[in-house]
Amino acid sequence: MREFNSFHLLYLLDAAKWTIALSLIAFVGGAVLGMVLALWRLSKWRALRWLAIGYIQLVQGTPLLILLFLAYFGLGILGAKLEPVVAAGLALTLYTGAFLGEIWRGCIQSVPKTQWEASDCLGLARFQQYVWVILPQAARIAIPPTVGFMVQVVKNTSLASIIGFIELARAGQIVNNSTFQPFLVFICVGAIYFALCYPLSVASRYLERRLNVAR
Amino acid sequence: MSYEFDFAFLADRWPDFLAGAWLTIQLTVVAITLGFALGTTCAVLRVYGHPLVARLVGAYVEIIRNTPLLVQIFIVYFGIATLGLKLSAEMSAIIALVINVGAYTTEIMRAGIESIPRTQVEAADCLGLKRLQVILHIVLLPAMERVYPALSSQFVLLMLASSITSQISAEELTAVANLIQSDTYRSFEVYIVVAIVYLALSFLYRFGFWVIGAFLFVRRRRLGTAL
Repeated sequence: MREFNSFHLLYLLDAAKWTIALSLIAFVGGAVLGMVLALWRLSKWRALRWLAIGYIQLVQGTPLLILLFLAYFGLGILGAKLEPVVAAGLALTLYTGAFLGEIWRGCIQSVPKTQWEASDCLGLARFQQYVWVILPQAARIAIPPTVGFMVQVVKNTSLASIIGFIELARAGQIVNNSTFQPFLVFICVGAIYFALCYPLSVASRYLERRLNVAR
Repeated sequence: MSYEFDFAFLADRWPDFLAGAWLTIQLTVVAITLGFALGTTCAVLRVYGHPLVARLVGAYVEIIRNTPLLVQIFIVYFGIATLGLKLSAEMSAIIALVINVGAYTTEIMRAGIESIPRTQVEAADCLGLKRLQVILHIVLLPAMERVYPALSSQFVLLMLASSITSQISAEELTAVANLIQSDTYRSFEVYIVVAIVYLALSFLYRFGFWVIGAFLFVRRRRLGTAL
């Protein structure tokens, strides 16, 4: 058995790289999916609306852990065994997409109705309305909650440890197995997560005040 | 690709699923009740307490909200054990969940308390009510009424997050699923069934909170106004 030392700490910091990488994968994938879902949710076609609502309800009503297991064990049986990073990236993308879709729908809907009407009067097509009138305004409203949600994404990547992906939480377990100093190890792990998440929380609050969209 | 779905294992395993779901319900109902008490107390301290206490509560909220629940569970379960206090997995799970949901509840209830007009409190002061009486009789219920939707969805999220406690072998729904999965190798089916059970549970919780809300906030219905 070894004492917890600087070597272990470096190992944890190195693993934090993977936490960041996985967060970025989830966030980029989730952003694409979320945008599609938000637009579907507001579509003129009822089928698309229901599809998006159904998907969002389904994902928001099941634990992320179960999504991870479905992606890792479930899809693993269907085809070739997925790498943990692929399964984790997929599950986190599906999860992030559902929540971002719902957040962004709210932001798009909070653009005053008169803006839609005005752009109708200008004779813009629906696509043009979105690109030139609605989305730029919605983006301003959407930035603070989106940055805030990033905190959830970073924290939730810790669940990827459970399917064996070596990121920060898993690295913490590994270090703990060799040092048997769980308090110290997991408080270090927690501190690194905090160092990643807290700036995002502060930024979210700052942006909310700065962009003055609180009311 | 020739995978055939086979849900036959359900026939003799459903009592296990039910037992797991029941433990999930027990864990989360206890955690939500205690977490709500903790969060409300902290929110009151955050708003009305001594600046130092308010600071401490703020730190608690920030620390918990910016670290993963999984790590919090590990700290409670493995950490407390090294201090020489051996807790069962279920007990550790409840402690971790209470600490976690308490922080979120603090923040939500604080928003509610701060949204109560100052004049309400001043009027109560004029009637000669003590600070505690003002908080209990004037502030808390309307505050809760305002943030009730946020509060109840936070509690549903807690129920879903409780699946993480399977990692310290609390025998709740997810842990049961993992067990059956390793017995039957029917992982896809097992997790699909569990996902459906969680979905049903979250609808059950939402319905439950709706009923509680309807009883608790009769005034809103009677007046037809939000205060």
